[in-house]
Parts: sequence; C-alpha cells; structure tokens
Amino acid sequence: MNRSEILIIDDEVQIRRLLEITLESNDYKINEAATARDGLIAAASHPPDLILLDIGLPDENGQIVLQKLREWYYKPIIILSVQSDEENIVKALDNGANDYLVKPFRTGELLARIRSAIRSSATDENYTVIDCNDLQIDLSARIVKKKNEIIKLTGTEYTLLALFAKNEGKVLTHQYLLREVWGPGYISQSQYLRVFIAQLRKKIENDPNHPEFILTESGVGYRFIAKE
Amino acid sequence: MASIILNKLNKTKQYILSLLFVSLVSVICYFLSGYIGYHVVALLLLVTVSLIAMFFDILPVLLAALLSALIWDFFFIPPHFTFAVNSTEDLLMLLMYFIIAMVNAALTYKIRQIENEANKKEEKEKTVLLYNTLLNSLSHELRTPISTIIGATDNLLTESDKLSDKNKNELLTEVSKASLRLNRQVENLLNISRLETGFIKPKKDWCDINELVYGVVNRIKENYDNHPINVQIKENLPLFKLDFGLIEQVLNNLIYNAIQYIPKYSIISIIIFCKDEKLILIIEDNGNGFPEDEIDKVFDKFYRLKNSNTGGTGLGLSIVKGFVEVHNGTIKLENIPEGLSADKAGGARFTIEIPAETSYINNLKNE
Repeated sequence: MNRSEILIIDDEVQIRRLLEITLESNDYKINEAATARDGLIAAASHPPDLILLDIGLPDENGQIVLQKLREWYYKPIIILSVQSDEENIVKALDNGANDYLVKPFRTGELLARIRSAIRSSATDENYTVIDCNDLQIDLSARIVKKKNEIIKLTGTEYTLLALFAKNEGKVLTHQYLLREVWGPGYISQSQYLRVFIAQLRKKIENDPNHPEFILTESGVGYRFIAKE
Repeated sequence: MASIILNKLNKTKQYILSLLFVSLVSVICYFLSGYIGYHVVALLLLVTVSLIAMFFDILPVLLAALLSALIWDFFFIPPHFTFAVNSTEDLLMLLMYFIIAMVNAALTYKIRQIENEANKKEEKEKTVLLYNTLLNSLSHELRTPISTIIGATDNLLTESDKLSDKNKNELLTEVSKASLRLNRQVENLLNISRLETGFIKPKKDWCDINELVYGVVNRIKENYDNHPINVQIKENLPLFKLDFGLIEQVLNNLIYNAIQYIPKYSIISIIIFCKDEKLILIIEDNGNGFPEDEIDKVFDKFYRLKNSNTGGTGLGLSIVKGFVEVHNGTIKLENIPEGLSADKAGGARFTIEIPAETSYINNLKNE
C-alpha cells in the first residue's frame, strides 16, 4: 500500500518519539526535525504528504516557519501548540495551516485529524456530493436533502453550507467564514455568523443542541464533519 | 484607621496642623486664664501634645512639644510675656513639662512602630500560611497522579511477564486517568496564575448562549453519565458579547464541581435568561448544599470544604469567580431555601450575573 509520509517538526524529543511510535504503528512513514532550520531543509529536500509543525520552536517562530513553507508547499500542515491560545491558533490557520492540535492531545484525535487532512488534500476539487447520516448535499445540482426531503435554504445559508461541504473536516475560522460568505467588510460582524450557524443547524441537524455536522471549535471557528 | 489616614497626610500638613492645634489650645487657655491656674494650662497643653503624638510623626510632635513649652513659659508662667521664670518651683515645672512632652512623643512613636511591625509580621505569617496550604494541597494533588504514573509504568516495564492482560489494562487505565487529572490540575494552576498576574483580558465576541451551554453540557455528559443535567434556556435569548472560552470554563468548572460533591443521580439544573442587559446563569442541584459557615469561603483560593474528598486543589471556584469578575460580573452561592421548590430544597445554587452587550438580530431569514 502507498504509505503516506509525514514530517514531524518539534523540538521535544519525547513528543517526536511518541508521534513516531503512534504514526508508524498506523502505517505512516516518518521523518523528523528538531529545529525550524532542519525542518525547512527536510521539507524541501524530500517533500512529505503532511507536516506536523510545533508552533513553539527554539530557533524560529512557528508562524514564520509556516509562512515560509506555504510559499511553495501545498499539502496539509497541522499545527501542534502547547497552550490553548486561540489567537495563535487562528493566526496559524490564517497563515495556511489546515488544522491544529493542542498538547496534550489524544491519539485518536491526532489520527483522525491526519486522516481527514490527507483525505481532503487528495480529494478532487470537483467532488461535490456529500451523503452522510441522512444528510445529502449535491453541490453541482445545488440540492440539500435531509432524510430524502429537500430542505429549503436561503442564499446565505446555502453559501455557508457549501463552503463547509467543500472543506469537510477542516476548521474554518470565524474571520474566514465571514470574509467568504459575507465579504471582507463583515469580518468583525460575527453576530451574523452566530445567527446563521444556529439557523443552519436547526435545518440540517437531528438535534441542533447536539450538532453532529457543524461542530464548534471554541474561540476559533467551526468544523464540518460528514463521516460516512 | 484614623492613624492610617493621618499618616498619609504629607509632612508639611502635619507640621502645620501640630502648630495650629497647640496655638488653638493656647489661645483658649489664655482666655480661660482668669478661671484656671497656669498649672492646669500645662496639663491641657500636655494632653494636646499627647493627642498629636497619637496621630502624627515624631518630628511634628517634638515641634509641638517644644512650642507648647515655650508658649506656656511666655504667656502663662509669671511674669507674663517674658521667658524669664522667677521661682525655682516654676523652673522645675517647666523642665518637667518639657521632658514629659518629649518622652510622651517618643513613647507613642515607639508604640506605633511596634504595632506596624506586628502588622507586617502578621501579614507575613498569613502569606506563609497560604503558601503552606498551597504547597500541601499542590504536592498532594500533583504527587498522587505522578505516583500512580510512576508506579504503574514501573510495574508494566519490569513485571510485564507476571501481569495478566487484565492487570496490564487496569494499570494503563490508571495511568491514563492520572495523566488527565494531572493535566486538569496544571490547567487550573495556569489559569489562577494568569488571573493573579492580571494577564487575562476577556476577548469578547458575540456568543450564542445555546451553542456555548450545550457544548459544555454535551462534553461533560460524555464523561459523567451519573448525573442528569437539565438545561433551561429562555427562548429568543439575544446574542451576548462575552469571552466564549472563559464562560465555557466557568460553566464547566461549576458543573464539574457539582458532580464532585453531590450524591449520585442528583439532578443539576442550568437556568439561563436575560435581565436588565445582564446575562443570568443559575447552576443549581438537589444535593446537600454547602455548610452555611463555609459558604463565604468557597471562592477563596485553595479553600476546600472540611469534609471534601481528595481530588481537587480548591482552585476551581476561585477561577470561576475570577473569570466572572474579568467580565465585571458577580457570582453568589446560596443553599436553596426550604419551601420554594421542595424537590431542590437544601441544594446549592450559584447565581452569576454578567453585564454584557446584546444583539437581537434574529431576522436575517431573507438574506
């Protein structure tokens, strides 16, 4: 089988060791670097399928490493950060990270994020159908069905849902969603986002108070999950 | 208190006031000199100096003593309006007056100094006591999970061949539990130190209270299914401008705290509504409530109920209070009185009020 290659850039040897064991036992091929400099060299000389990047590196700020990587590297980058510092996470996502994990994280969570990130980067951009748990979204036909019945969505609701569907499994920050759906002038108008997320949940979730599709990432944004 | 306030008066004011008091008393005595003898005047002046000594620094007091001695000599001891003293008796009196006034000033000053030192010492002792409580609580709360982890992993590494799969699994489960507990304690400590250093500034943004509350409740329910959690959120609640993460932690800590203390299968209720531009959060349970004499202390750092189980640092509720207060809100704890709602009587009720900007834009349906 075609094993995905993952580059770990983290200065803590214990974390690298843990990640290596966990990921190798899940059939990933691992390459490691302990500093930003080594990480950038490793990524350039042998581009991996995914990079796990610690945001607190000793020789250079992880955000800068991220920006440097994003100048040429288009595959998924998942950020590892120690404190649940939302501002830093949002900044990293804006700088092009696909996802984030806050240390200490659970192994299951790590593997799920890696799978999801690799899957979505491999997915054809024109892939437009989601069918999961009574919810069907057909982006090419602009049809959303719940339990086989067509749901009526307003224009904004549909735009929002379509954006989620295209980024299945990925965290979308509040700012990103506001910019993409309402426009750059609305970045600080998060009340619109709150209201529309609530409306959309009422329409597509089985229990809007216990959402399965649109998950809240506290202080950061939302993640749309549609696992088969 | 008075001495503290007067101590803060600046030096110049103290000098002026001392001179003023002495002069005032002298003038009154001068008018009364027809009725009282000049020996009584000496005592009156001495009282004035003593009173000044109770409040002022030593130098203004010594000045008052000196001035009053001179005034007494000049205006009251015959012959009047000269510094000359005729009789030996009067000379002795003047000398004694001067000494008594000075000694008086010096002694009062000394007493005040001792008092200050005692206060400082008491404060230092309090800090040491707090520090010890912290160390005791911390070393216990951190060492217990660490001991578990070291013990269990040692066992797994060296005794592996003697352990059954079931035992191994149990040891690993303990390690996992201990690590999570350790992580929670460290998070609490980080939060309390962030609060102490004033590092926490709420990052306010519009919050959907339903989303926030159910998010916390759903997460807790995944881990603790022994307690029904009943959520009542007023319909058509506006959006509130709050720090989502901090209020999440407030709720989380309060529910978690209730779960630690109430009997199994007790019901936890969360009631939320908006009143006078304030978000009101009530978290109550039908457990046994808090001992009345400890209610005032539960928000204190490192305070733990006298008969509480192990497993907490006494930080959870102080963090709650801190996070509510950075929102300019208030939190109150009471035991639910008998009679109002019979099934909950005696349980604990936390009431949080947070003033916040609200937004009622619920009609965007046509966009």
